Amino acid sequence: MQPIISISNLSKTYASGHRALKDVSLDIKAGEILALLGPNGAGKTTLISIICGIVNPTSGSVRVSGYDIISDYRKTRSMIGLVPQELTLGAFETVWNTLCFSRGLFGKKPDSAYLEQLLKDLSLWEKKDSELMALSGGMKRRVLIGKALSHQPSVLFLDEPTAGVDVNLRKDMWKIVRHLRETGVTIILTTHYIEEAEEIADRVAVINNGELLLVDNKDTLMHKLGKRQLVIELEKPVTAIPAALSAWKLDLSTDGYFLSYTYDPLKAQTGIAELLQALSKAKLLLRDVNTSQSSLEEIFINLVNTK
Amino acid sequence: MNIQAIRVIYKYEMLRAWETILQSFISPVISTALYFVVFGAAIGSRIQTVDGVPYGVFIVPGLMMLALLTQSIANASFGIFFPKFTGTIYEVMSAPISFIEILLGYVGAAATKSFIIGLIILATAGFFVPLEIAHPLWMLSFLILTCISFSLFGFIIGLWADNFEKLQVIPMLVITPLVFLGGSFYTIDMLSPVWQTVTLFNPVVYLISGFRWSFFEVSDVSVELSMFMVLVFLAGCLITVWWMFKSGYRLKQ
Ligand SMILES: Nc1ncnc2c1ncn2[C@@H]1O[C@H](COP(=O)(O)OP(=O)(O)OP(=O)(O)O)[C@@H](O)[C@H]1O
Ligand SMILES: [Mg+2]
Repeated sequence: MQPIISISNLSKTYASGHRALKDVSLDIKAGEILALLGPNGAGKTTLISIICGIVNPTSGSVRVSGYDIISDYRKTRSMIGLVPQELTLGAFETVWNTLCFSRGLFGKKPDSAYLEQLLKDLSLWEKKDSELMALSGGMKRRVLIGKALSHQPSVLFLDEPTAGVDVNLRKDMWKIVRHLRETGVTIILTTHYIEEAEEIADRVAVINNGELLLVDNKDTLMHKLGKRQLVIELEKPVTAIPAALSAWKLDLSTDGYFLSYTYDPLKAQTGIAELLQALSKAKLLLRDVNTSQSSLEEIFINLVNTK
Repeated sequence: MNIQAIRVIYKYEMLRAWETILQSFISPVISTALYFVVFGAAIGSRIQTVDGVPYGVFIVPGLMMLALLTQSIANASFGIFFPKFTGTIYEVMSAPISFIEILLGYVGAAATKSFIIGLIILATAGFFVPLEIAHPLWMLSFLILTCISFSLFGFIIGLWADNFEKLQVIPMLVITPLVFLGGSFYTIDMLSPVWQTVTLFNPVVYLISGFRWSFFEVSDVSVELSMFMVLVFLAGCLITVWWMFKSGYRLKQ
């Protein structure tokens, strides 16, 4: 199936000379929830801003449903809704007016019934005549989501939708996102919270320093997450792994003291008992045994730090 | 053409004016009335007529221009500066909308507001002095073209300004002197020859002269030249704004 968004060799160098994106290529599938993970300054907002037409790319191209974001900007932009990272809202308009404004801006005829339902879904219907400045931060965030959805986009970008949001609202937000996905909307969200990616994403992309480090199905990552490591410390170092232990695919540390065995704790046979027997048969004396679990967080930190 | 986008930008810009109606419509009327009292009554009692026109009547076109220019620039510059300042401009930039549509919405609304203010001032003036308009069509053309071109000019300032200070500087330091020195309250030939020449480099002179001609058939320069200069200014603003959008100037990184 054709990807709904196809990013090819996208680079961005700001006027300051800062290279915010370096040759990023990424395909986003229609209907999926993609979490864009990365530390501060990684380039997440820059990437989103380019796709939405707020920032000019330096090189490379982006297609949305096969249309180029620059030469066919009317087609691509009308398919996209954007919830920005900052709470950027006017002060004196009412909630209702700001939604009508957004819908019109994206070329859609007024549709009170749709907007009413949208406000109800976002629990904002009672606030429809309130001025924006009289709303709490969480409500403002929901108004921004409402604005982004006011023109019924098929792709929704959420730039840190849950930053500075309490637990309840975050759960609400996830519910909204899942509901949207059911209606066929493709969702790309950026976040610093690994749990958030784990909770709702289908796929996870990790970006750091303007480079795309990894894109993978969450399940694949969760599988890695499920893996455990058994680290065996030996009394005396060995220079090579004895042939008798080859079945376990062990890793030997460079100093020869540590053997590590990666296994899936969910399997009926972990192979640990046999490994320990084999070790004593091979006359290797154990000093200590340790198990550790890798988390998505660890995978993430490793990725980000090694590059 | 994204008609809906033009419609909502125009509508909400007008709504903003309506909500701040005191500031938008009433304050220009009050300040014009004050000018009338000071210039028309106080000075007018000494200078009886200018080119055969009673002084109180003579200053009406200049007063209207003063208000039109300041209001057009203030409205249009604020209209685009404010969303830039608060960050809400992201939405306009991410919308399927071309720069022509953005212009039609923002500048159209600002020009409409100025046009309404112009008419209100004209009515206020008619309340103080008897008014006759010799060439209503020329008068309307000058009125409309001035509203449009100076709203465009204000839009450019709003795009260019990256802080409130810059937003205020141009209207205060450039426009007000140009209008005052542009013959709002006198004719050019009242000045010394040197200043008469200097004044011809002031675009506002042509504006006021042409506008005044459409009222009283008295002018400093020919009405065709006035119209030509207004159109040149309009074209200059259009080209500037086109270039600004094309290059993403101050909007896109
Ligand atoms: N307008 C700009 N001019 C110059 N540099 C910029 C500009 N905008 C962003 N940058 C730089 O580009 C890099 C990427 O910024 P970006 O906002 O895309 O990061 P991010 O991943 O969204 O970070 P965060 O998680 O903090 O929101 C940063 O180093 C930032 O300083
Ligand atoms: Mg960001």
